[in-house]
Amino acid sequence: MIEMVDVWKTYPNGVMALNGIDVYIEKGEFVYVVGPSGAGKSTFIKCMYREEKPTQGSIIINGTNLAKVKERQIPKVRRKIGVIFQDFKLLPRLTVYENVAFALEVIEESPKVIRERVMEVLDLVKLKNKARMFPDELSGGEQQRVSIARSIVNHPPVVIADEPTGNLDPETAWEIMEIFKEINARGTTVVMATHNKEIVNTITKRVIAIEGGRIVRDEAKGDYGYED
Amino acid sequence: MKIRTLKRHFVEAFKSMGRNGWMSFASISAVTVTLLLVSVFLAILLNINFIASQIEDDVQIRAYIERTEKPERYDAYKQELEKLGKVKTVEYQSKEEGLDELIESLGDEGEAFSSLKNENPLRDAFIIYTEKPQDTAAVAKEVEKFKFVNKVEYGQGTVEKLFKVTDVARNVGIVLVLGLVFTAMFLISNTIKLTIVTRRREIEIMKLVGATNGFIRWPFFIEGFALGVAGAILPIVVISVGYQAIFDIVNQKLGTVFIELLPVTPLIPQLALLMILIGGVIGVWGSLTSVRKFLKI
Repeated sequence: MIEMVDVWKTYPNGVMALNGIDVYIEKGEFVYVVGPSGAGKSTFIKCMYREEKPTQGSIIINGTNLAKVKERQIPKVRRKIGVIFQDFKLLPRLTVYENVAFALEVIEESPKVIRERVMEVLDLVKLKNKARMFPDELSGGEQQRVSIARSIVNHPPVVIADEPTGNLDPETAWEIMEIFKEINARGTTVVMATHNKEIVNTITKRVIAIEGGRIVRDEAKGDYGYED
Repeated sequence: MKIRTLKRHFVEAFKSMGRNGWMSFASISAVTVTLLLVSVFLAILLNINFIASQIEDDVQIRAYIERTEKPERYDAYKQELEKLGKVKTVEYQSKEEGLDELIESLGDEGEAFSSLKNENPLRDAFIIYTEKPQDTAAVAKEVEKFKFVNKVEYGQGTVEKLFKVTDVARNVGIVLVLGLVFTAMFLISNTIKLTIVTRRREIEIMKLVGATNGFIRWPFFIEGFALGVAGAILPIVVISVGYQAIFDIVNQKLGTVFIELLPVTPLIPQLALLMILIGGVIGVWGSLTSVRKFLKI
């Protein structure tokens, strides 16, 4: 499903963010990516949805090697990967419904399919009754739920989340985790970078720890392992 | 692309113009101001050109024939002149016709010359028009070499000065118009750039959910075109009304005396079309060059 072989990433300014990453993630797995700030977590995540291109090595997701994919093909690759961010990245001038529908408009889905699928995922994240509201009228947790809905609306096999609970209060974070568990239970692979010790230790899943651009720990039922 | 998607792009473009109301207004104003200047200068330039060619077309070479030559040979001479390069037409004018023309051109005072009709002091002449008015002096020199030619007249000195003036006027006009068009492109693309910078986040998100560059570009393309064309409206109205008014005044008061302006009908529609074209092209160019920068995510 996701396979990284000897992935290196050196930024133009000389920062060596990834130094030989090897990892294999099975279809349907739920994986936490942990580690101190600046250890290469973000680069690791960014390489997965091809915001960054590795300097060396191959990253195969859904059968496509992201290291070799042409600029023109990137949009096609991204449509098979749902991405969720700490800062939600919602379009402020679009309603909840429009934000979610946007991911389908981009792939020229028919209006009928768009309507069905959007209502379906809004139901999943329990925001059906707020479909006509704008992002700034929602709480942080609700906004994150919109962005999750957007990321899964075209049924991608993989969902990648970069600190999805980073901006949320603990209670809301748990709500969000429930949604991720639900998505994972439906067969979607979830890769989540996080700093939330409590969540990692409570909802135990596979944990990959990155330090200095290398994988220093990879445990099937791991814990957070850092004191912060 | 599906029709539905194209419709979406149009809707998006117009929505975004509405939402960025002030920016759209600024872009349209920038286009309006510059196109107004461009259209005024173009109208002036085209008229200078038109008037200059009118004057230039009046330039003719008069080759007076030696009195000793026999009229039977005139046809052969005419053919010889026609064979010269750069010559457009050669007309024969007898001395009687020449005198009539002179008398007529002098109006009332010409009557005084009527008495000369019996002892005409003029000579028979060939009137030569060159292909290009600028060749007049060179052709005149050639004509002078023929034995049957007594004297050549083409307004020596004056003609050279005239051509210098018209050439300078043309070149200055072209430089001005080109300069203005470039200023317009710079101004407009900058304004549009501002509207796009505020939407950089939007573009980033579009790319992250898998929108192709083309998909993102389309609404900007339509918006740029619409802003450019909208900016052309006021200049077109102003130049139409203004030119018609000036044309009427010039024709009534001065037209018969010495100058004639380009007629309204082909000029104004052509200018209008050109303004729409320039506006549209500049708008599209401005928005596409600006959006390109943000597409590399």
